[in-house]
Amino acid sequence: MARVLAPVPNRPGSPLLILLPVLAFALLIGPVVAGLLGAVLPALGFLPTLGGTSLSLAAFEELSTEPGLWWSCWLSLSIGLVTTMISFLIVMVFVAGWQGTRAFGFVERLVSPMLSVPHAAAAFGLAFLIAPSGALMRLVSPHLTGLTRPPDLLIVNDLWGVSMMAGLVIKEIPFLMLVTLAALPQARSRELSRVTAGLGYGRLAGFTHAVMPLLYRQIRLPVLAVLAYATSVVDVAMILGPTTPAPLAVRVLQWQSDPDLHRRFVAAAGAVLQLGVTAFALLIWLTGERVMARLCRIAAPSGHRYVRDRTGRIAGAGAMILSVAIIVAGLVVLAAWSAAGLWRFPDAAPLSFSLANWARALPSLVAPLINALAIAAAASGFAVILALGALEYEARAGKTPTIRALVVLFLPLLVPQIAFLFGLEIVFARLALTGTLAAIVVVHLVFVFPYVLLSLGDPWRSWDRRYGHVTHALGKSDNTVFWRVRLPMLTRPVLTAAAVGFAVSIGLYLPTLLVGAGRWPTITTEAVALAAGADRRLIGVTAFIQAILPFAGFALALAIPAVMFRNRAQMRPQG
Amino acid sequence: MRRTIFAAFSALIGFAGLAQAGSPDPSNWQALTAEAKGQKVYFHAWGGEPRINDYIAWAGRTVKERYGVDLVHVKVTDTAGVVSKILAEKAAGRDDGGSVDLVWINGENFVSLKNAGMLLERPWAIKLPSYAYVDVAGKPTVLTDFTVPVDGLEAPWGMAKLVFFHDMAVLADPPKSMAALLKWARANPGRFTYPQPPDFVGSTFLKQVLFELTPDNALLGKPVDDATFAAATTPLFAYLDELRPLLWRKGRAYPQNYGAMRQLLADSEVDITFAFNPSDASSAIASNELPDTVRSFVFDGGTIGNSHFVAIPFNANAKAGAMVVADFLMSPEAQARKQDPNVWGDPTVLDVAGLPAAERAVFDRLELGIATLPPEKLGRTLLEPHATWLARLEVEWARRYGVNQ
Repeated sequence: MARVLAPVPNRPGSPLLILLPVLAFALLIGPVVAGLLGAVLPALGFLPTLGGTSLSLAAFEELSTEPGLWWSCWLSLSIGLVTTMISFLIVMVFVAGWQGTRAFGFVERLVSPMLSVPHAAAAFGLAFLIAPSGALMRLVSPHLTGLTRPPDLLIVNDLWGVSMMAGLVIKEIPFLMLVTLAALPQARSRELSRVTAGLGYGRLAGFTHAVMPLLYRQIRLPVLAVLAYATSVVDVAMILGPTTPAPLAVRVLQWQSDPDLHRRFVAAAGAVLQLGVTAFALLIWLTGERVMARLCRIAAPSGHRYVRDRTGRIAGAGAMILSVAIIVAGLVVLAAWSAAGLWRFPDAAPLSFSLANWARALPSLVAPLINALAIAAAASGFAVILALGALEYEARAGKTPTIRALVVLFLPLLVPQIAFLFGLEIVFARLALTGTLAAIVVVHLVFVFPYVLLSLGDPWRSWDRRYGHVTHALGKSDNTVFWRVRLPMLTRPVLTAAAVGFAVSIGLYLPTLLVGAGRWPTITTEAVALAAGADRRLIGVTAFIQAILPFAGFALALAIPAVMFRNRAQMRPQG
Repeated sequence: MRRTIFAAFSALIGFAGLAQAGSPDPSNWQALTAEAKGQKVYFHAWGGEPRINDYIAWAGRTVKERYGVDLVHVKVTDTAGVVSKILAEKAAGRDDGGSVDLVWINGENFVSLKNAGMLLERPWAIKLPSYAYVDVAGKPTVLTDFTVPVDGLEAPWGMAKLVFFHDMAVLADPPKSMAALLKWARANPGRFTYPQPPDFVGSTFLKQVLFELTPDNALLGKPVDDATFAAATTPLFAYLDELRPLLWRKGRAYPQNYGAMRQLLADSEVDITFAFNPSDASSAIASNELPDTVRSFVFDGGTIGNSHFVAIPFNANAKAGAMVVADFLMSPEAQARKQDPNVWGDPTVLDVAGLPAAERAVFDRLELGIATLPPEKLGRTLLEPHATWLARLEVEWARRYGVNQ
């Protein structure tokens, strides 16, 4: 009984338990590697089913003759870098300028709901707001503008992708905000800010010199994930992006569905090129990091305190509030269209409201809704089990996550979706798995798992281990600690992680489309399919449902513990 | 879980069917329906128009009720992708149990599949009971699809004709030829556009221009080669060059399909639109998308028209079920419902005058809607060019207008 009061010594986890982290790592690396191989080999001319048995660069040569190819690459690169830069700056300036204030607390509460709005729904909302015949123009016409017909301005689908960047920025801000909020305590932001304030520095300058170096290390991978995503996103590009030509990822998708099978080789080469464009964007960013770090080191000892940073602070708050307002206004406009009768320009409101659109749309949305719920429930459920297994193994083996493990965790988020999903579809087709529910859930897991683990990791690790020591002292096993103490105490973060996974899965477009072979339409694939042309009312209905599903997940995550622990005052959320 | 069981089950049925005979015989209707019962038919059909999707969902419920056939609409954005999928399956040696059971198709996609031997080999469509009512005399395009003989390898489903729409309240006297359209566009820049090819309505617009301007129409009925393409399309591209700066957004963006273009008319962004369906505007008025002042018109020299079909790939998993669905889609009941502008408004392939009285009465009762031209006012039908023209037109279009830098 000597060990009773001593901390539990580090020892290897049980042989069975190690299977879970191994499985998790295989899940993260396997599909990405298989998918990349599945893209690289055909790009080099090797795809025996289509008669490609020797290696050559012919596909790349053909790719290079595609009209506007370099412009497509430029779009992907510039949209990715600008989007990431702007989102990052807004979040950093806002956090630096407003940390600890009431405004900060207000935005903090809005982050999760904003994060859960799927990209496609937010993009639709933005498009419905800013188009020349959109809601904003309708509000000011004809009284202010004198217009009775919308102006012929290229706003949505503009050639430089500005509206697409805006659509991405409003969705990346909540994501970066969330990871920043999680990292602030570790960067000891409050304490350091007090020190710099005491030394007379302005909020922004103090934050940049003292907090940023610590904070950035923590949020670096998520920032890079944003960059990789923005350089290769498909659904937002289809809704808001340019079409003459489209960004590279959209064109890869088009080549892939060309009736001329030979074009599959070009598509594969395009997927590899996309990988290169994303890698190049990451390289530029990493170089920028070094330059910034050096500049900061030079600036720090200069003694400038930049006390007058009011303009910067207000700009940061303004941008933050604007981004939230755009998402909310977009959802309101979606809801209005979903119930609109005839609504012509420049009327600020529809002539009539009716539920006819809903009655018309709902019957055909039942199956996509059930599919989306089933896939999201399965993917988030498995992801939570895997994450719990990995974390419990880590705890019992006394291991701490290394940077290498984190990179693996982010791998599926750092590699452009189109690059490895394209190849993965070929691999799945070889195994006759395309279009099966199992294949879709596995692919969703690849994207869901990192978010679930990120969400669950901190609360799980910061659980007070002395509860475990006490339980051990009562002669109970590790398993009892897990099932009877740790898991019940952490019910809330576990459910929140599940809701995060659920929301991520609901929003996934490309993986569902490519691996599902169209047989598993979800609310998201339906919404994006409507993007090209359907009636705004139906887009309104579909995108609105798509947007509220993740909310439902979060609401459940809040409700379940409240019911479970209705007789357990200490288990209920504090405050 | 239920799905996997079902998939295993239907695979079993598939094997059983394979053991009996190669493919089911549509002339033995009883045996066909017996075999079809319980089959799951994956119907790959363009899914960009909610009205059509709803109609297919209705057809699915009905065949489920009557024949126990489970119809699954796989919504595709471009039928070319389905051709590519079947080709890929053939290349991979998947000669049965294919993922496509029935495909909504015509034109170059049909020709690709037919020439590659990837359609169900026997002329099954003409043996279906409903085929008896098809108007083969009055609607020759049900027998030749883009100049290529159909040979009973696809079942006619509907008729398409290019029809233009305008809002009377805004534009009283619309231009009725491509030449007049260009003249009108000069006076009204930014008020006209067309869907971005390779969208099929956008490509049809190109073909319409080609037909009106090309020096020798007869060339278009033959397979294309470099020389004929250059000679025939020079006036087309000269026209498009002149039209581009006069287009909506100066041709720097295009609507992605005709639904998006219809939305532009609803938003007063453009004044003239078109669709490949004569009653599209009536349907849109019925669902509050367009104001009731929108009307249809056709060009004086006629407009492109064709038929659309459903076909069964060689490796379909549920051939009997697919035939039962094809027969139902051709039946007077389904055709009448399809022609109703409140449902879809797609013209029938049947000879309405030759139908039994009760069925005919259903058609006669249909209100075509205020914006729909009666059949006799739809004007001359221009036949589609040979199927080989389209791909060339699309590639050349993308090269000239697909990049705006």
